[in-house]
Amino acid sequence: MKRATQPNQLMILIPAFNEEGAVADVIREVNQVMPQVPVLVADDASRDDTYTQAKSAGADVLRLPHHLGLGGCVQAGYKLAFELGYDYVIRVDGDGQHDPKYIPALLAVLQKTGCHMVIGSRFYQNNGTHTSTVRAIGIWVFRLLLRPILGKPVHDPTSGFVGVNRDTLRVFSGSFPLEYPEIEALVVLQRKRFRFEEVPVRMRKRKAGRSSITAIKSLYYIIHVLLGVFVNILKFEGRRRKD
Amino acid sequence: MDRLLNVMTILSLVLMAVVLFSVRRSHIRVEYSVSWLGAAFILLVVSRSPGALYWIATELGLTDPPLALLILVFVVFLVVIYRLSVVISDLKDANIAMAQRMAILEFELQSLNEKQ
Repeated sequence: MKRATQPNQLMILIPAFNEEGAVADVIREVNQVMPQVPVLVADDASRDDTYTQAKSAGADVLRLPHHLGLGGCVQAGYKLAFELGYDYVIRVDGDGQHDPKYIPALLAVLQKTGCHMVIGSRFYQNNGTHTSTVRAIGIWVFRLLLRPILGKPVHDPTSGFVGVNRDTLRVFSGSFPLEYPEIEALVVLQRKRFRFEEVPVRMRKRKAGRSSITAIKSLYYIIHVLLGVFVNILKFEGRRRKD
Repeated sequence: MDRLLNVMTILSLVLMAVVLFSVRRSHIRVEYSVSWLGAAFILLVVSRSPGALYWIATELGLTDPPLALLILVFVVFLVVIYRLSVVISDLKDANIAMAQRMAILEFELQSLNEKQ
């Protein structure tokens, strides 16, 4: 992977853990939508053939020496992108749920509005994406919780289909939530008075593998995220809402 | 009461011996043995000073000194466990940062090799 040689260069980041069944297709889809854009797969020490599949599909692979969890894996990708001088990074999950055809829309919002983060939202402008009942309830609770904290509504706070600019890359390279990072990352950005926007997207069913959030882990997920949000609010120094 | 204090004395001495033995065998680093040795020392002193235990019970408003002993044991080990949690958190942060740095360096090395 080359260093960014021009301003406003984009990198696609695909975090993957045991995604041998889907990651190659995701890379090919990204390459079709965004040819010439470098694709980096952050392989979170997969035990299957994810590394080989990603390499054979033409991606660069950042291979972690041991399993760090989603946050540690994504942060490693952000760190590398920042060090290579990229101005924008869009994260696409390696399980195929994120449709790469929305990448240009996310990038356009990042560039045109100058916001620090853009979220591909299933629920923004009622675009009718389905999700499980349990997850939908969880998302509804988190939306209620985050509304006063962020000072504006966020429709899909658990979406991992996000794009960030270089300012956010700098912040996330230094501090990024390690487990279930999406919601806490929003609070981290709010502490910096950064701005986010949402773009309506449709999510697909994962192509292969299993979600890391099982039914048993759901309760732990909720408690962990609530605690993470609370701790991040406590860290908030000189809270001043951006007008 | 005396029997309880004697048991506490024995347990404190056993804890000290186990910790020192572990340090000698390099199972515990010296800096992390301090918390355990400190906890064992406090319990040893209290178990050999019934007067101190009565004083603590009176200060806590307890009529039963053995209950004060249990509370003291609980607090002492709570402090030790808290300190270890801080250490583990620091180690985890350092471990993650190191793993990420190692992956990035390996990636850059591989990129250089591919160029040559």
